Amino acid sequence: MTVDWLTRTAAHADARAAAAGPADLARVVRARRRPARRVHLAIAALAVAAVAAVLVRVLLGDYVVALADLLPILRGETLPDAPGASFIVMEAKLPRALVGLLAGAAFGAAGAMFQTTLRNPLASPDIIGISLGASAAAVVALTFLDAQGIWLPAAALVGALAVSLLMYAVGRGTALAGQRMVLVGIGVAALLSSVIQFVMTRTSVQDAQAALVWLTGSLARATWPVIGLLTVSLLVLAPLLAVCSRWMRLAELGDDLSTTLGAPAGRARLGLVVAVALAAVATSATGPIAFVAFLAGPLARRLCGGRASLWAAALVGAVVVVLADFAGDYLIPDVNLPVGVVTGAVGAPLMLAVIITAGRAGKA
Amino acid sequence: MSSTQTADRECRTASAEATLLAVESILVGGGRGARHGGAGGAGGSRHRTPALAALLPVLLVAAVVASIVLGSKAIPLGDVLQVLTGHGDTVADRGIVEARVARTVVGVLVGAALAVAGAAMQGLTRNPLADPGLLGVNAGAGLAVVVAIAVFGVGSLSGYVWWAMVGAGLAAVLVHALAGLGGSVTPLRLTLAGAAVTAGLASWSSGLLVSSRQSFDAFRFWQVGTIGGRGLDLVVTVLPFFAVGLVVVPLAVRQLNALALGDDLARGLGENVLLARATVALGVAVLCGASTALAGPIGFLGLVVPHVARFVVGPDHRRIIPACLVAGPTLLLAADTLGRLVAQPSEVQAGIMTAVLGVPFFVLLVRRGRMASL
Amino acid sequence: MTSATLRPASVAAAPALRVRGLTLSYDGRRVVDGLDLDVPAGEVTVVVGPNGCGKSTVLRGLARLLRPSAGSVRLGVDGSDDDVWSLRPKEFARRVALLPQSPPLPEGITVVDLVGRGRHPHHTVMRRWSAADDEAVVRAMRATGTLELAERHVEELSGGQRQRVWIALTLAQETGVVLLDEPTTYLDVAHQIDVLDLLRDLNRRQGTTVVMVLHDLNLAARYADHVVALRDGRLVGSGAPGDLVDEEFVARVFGLGSRVIVDPVTGSPLVVPASTHQQSGPSS
Repeated sequence: MTVDWLTRTAAHADARAAAAGPADLARVVRARRRPARRVHLAIAALAVAAVAAVLVRVLLGDYVVALADLLPILRGETLPDAPGASFIVMEAKLPRALVGLLAGAAFGAAGAMFQTTLRNPLASPDIIGISLGASAAAVVALTFLDAQGIWLPAAALVGALAVSLLMYAVGRGTALAGQRMVLVGIGVAALLSSVIQFVMTRTSVQDAQAALVWLTGSLARATWPVIGLLTVSLLVLAPLLAVCSRWMRLAELGDDLSTTLGAPAGRARLGLVVAVALAAVATSATGPIAFVAFLAGPLARRLCGGRASLWAAALVGAVVVVLADFAGDYLIPDVNLPVGVVTGAVGAPLMLAVIITAGRAGKA
Repeated sequence: MSSTQTADRECRTASAEATLLAVESILVGGGRGARHGGAGGAGGSRHRTPALAALLPVLLVAAVVASIVLGSKAIPLGDVLQVLTGHGDTVADRGIVEARVARTVVGVLVGAALAVAGAAMQGLTRNPLADPGLLGVNAGAGLAVVVAIAVFGVGSLSGYVWWAMVGAGLAAVLVHALAGLGGSVTPLRLTLAGAAVTAGLASWSSGLLVSSRQSFDAFRFWQVGTIGGRGLDLVVTVLPFFAVGLVVVPLAVRQLNALALGDDLARGLGENVLLARATVALGVAVLCGASTALAGPIGFLGLVVPHVARFVVGPDHRRIIPACLVAGPTLLLAADTLGRLVAQPSEVQAGIMTAVLGVPFFVLLVRRGRMASL
Repeated sequence: MTSATLRPASVAAAPALRVRGLTLSYDGRRVVDGLDLDVPAGEVTVVVGPNGCGKSTVLRGLARLLRPSAGSVRLGVDGSDDDVWSLRPKEFARRVALLPQSPPLPEGITVVDLVGRGRHPHHTVMRRWSAADDEAVVRAMRATGTLELAERHVEELSGGQRQRVWIALTLAQETGVVLLDEPTTYLDVAHQIDVLDLLRDLNRRQGTTVVMVLHDLNLAARYADHVVALRDGRLVGSGAPGDLVDEEFVARVFGLGSRVIVDPVTGSPLVVPASTHQQSGPSS
């Protein structure tokens, strides 16, 4: 009786195997490639959008530069009919556009990395204390040490890294280390924002307001040395990010499965370290720009047909920051709003839209 | 199609809830086995550490006394009693004593309100990280005060009070309405909507402040929460709101216990989940609004105190809320007193001291919390 | 189809996993204490025991998810004999696969994509996705009957289909040993049988060593070649279900009075519990 039963189920399996043919391979390959193509398309479209955004930022605005004039200006020539154009493009418009592009990309990629690795939509550098680490250090440097030029981003970088180290130390060697890191980050963020508020009451109103502009996130301090710092950092971090994006695909499956699929223990956290570094560098250059890290991931996911892509998230971040900076400068006549005010004001409703549509889909 | 989308939503909320659960197991892990036991009321809701629970009122009395006696100038207890009993004409520091008494009253009210609101908020969202500020009230009050200063030229504490109250209330309503749009109010959506509204309102505040130096100068002192410098007349203005909140929320402990078991089970226990949520949320908004109006935004108290209370008395809201009522003022007064002592002759505001004292504790909680295993 | 091909490899063969003195703790709390255990190669081993006995923890110990505070786990597939902690992560992942109880599902992922992630341990920095990977995915999906679902989003699938896809992911890993933590949780009875049939077929056809945790003693007795029973983190019995599972065993492991009869369908032992309320164990 036992053997009879076994034979029957084995035959059942044979029937399954017999149904397979060479067409299966083609089908699987097709099914694998189709969503990937969508992601590639989205990335290509976003790259075009990023270039377009930079051009808009550089060419349009109060001082319009013709596209034909751009190349000579970039080559360092002075235009005979508009001698000031060269200075405005090279010292104001282009640096702003480039810092926005680079910092936005860094924010976007860092946010997406956090959200995917920690599988928590609330996890982003602005919420878990890294931005505040940078902010607190920058505010102290700005108000008490009178930091200028490259020293301000340097101080911010040190602050962000100090917070990251603390988070890492607390999470180290415990189960659910990633979750613990987030919790500690939230606590530290609360502490640091108190420190910032305290400092703001202990300094002159001029210093405090300069600090406020920095805290809001602004591209006004964009200079070529800052661009250099950003570029070098991104050149170092991007390859690491590429490696991490493969682990990210595993990290999505949870700690247990990713470990048994051969991701070395703690490797997911290495991805977080890269993300922290990215966020730290970007924050040091521009101050925390609200919502970019938070929203780039979900927006990119939508554009990619539901798949997570670090590159798409980076490009979304870049496009958003460059365009928001443009809008902040020219949307309201005679008022220059820092980019962070624009992303915050626009980002909040956008995030609500994400929440609401997710709810609608669920109700349908 | 609809079934696939439902499945899709289930997955998403499942993963989000899993995150919250992991968070909970880290934070509430100290509660050991009794974690889920006491919510129904019957089993498991015994005092875990009765001695510690009995200590809470003693600590409160100590904190009250310290808050009146200690400071940049210490006042003998005898002088304090003389002033309080109306025979203080001969006491040289009468003004100081009266200011300290007012300060202590503010501390007790605000501490109790924020701690109770925090416990209710954590129960309401089933999120151990929920802070009353999450409902958007702090950011709402902040923006309203900024508008009052920058647009309407309001310049006094008593002038801010009403703006802060209204701003906090509107923000709370907005968060709740947004979380409920296109679906039911779930803990996760409430949390997300709160975070979004908070960040959005803060951006608008920054936008106004960046372009007006005078407004910023006034606002930067308001935005550091402090319990000092408020007269008793101001307290009386806001007192009715504290009274409403401190009655509504403690009356809803049974509902909170039911909600802690999840919406479905709460419904099964005969609870009107929507009504329960709305009632508690209203209470939280009133408490936070009144606190922020009176003292400015004070962070972290509402997050930390409920965890302390839970650690001392277990997971039953019928015990947590009273424990918060006692532990909240204790912590706030202690923080405030310490703030006066560390930076003499100046002071560090209570809103900063609560974070300075609360964060190490919080980190310890995260570090030591037990993981759910097996 | 002769019955010879259906029988598992000889029990006398070297064990696939050899556990000696294994002690596992969470945050200093000892959950598994000095466990000795042999997992026979090429057989279906089922770990049973009451709630909280350390079943899943043992599985985590075998899968290298939890570093033992004492003792060792040695892996002996294909004539090798290595301490599992001496292997590099990917090397281990090419030999042992684990399906956790309810792994998080990435948003918006398709069936093919999810199954394909099981190929990770076969990739290196230089060698990414290749035709061999596609073939392995086809094999895994064919074996689990999920080919028809290839383009679908996993979120859209029913519980039973979804569990098949997860199993396909572990099969795509192409390991000699597959560990599964409660693979039938949340499934209705038809899908439970379906999943367990699938796993046994895999074992019979490819000689894969299967170790799973099940809380249903009857399903364990029905599908196991080898049953391992735990209580309070210690081994309280192991052997073929026909030899091991009797009324005294059920009482010892679960503290439950019962009758054990012969399953009319499979011939395996069938436990009919007595009520715990009126301690009426008929055999005492």
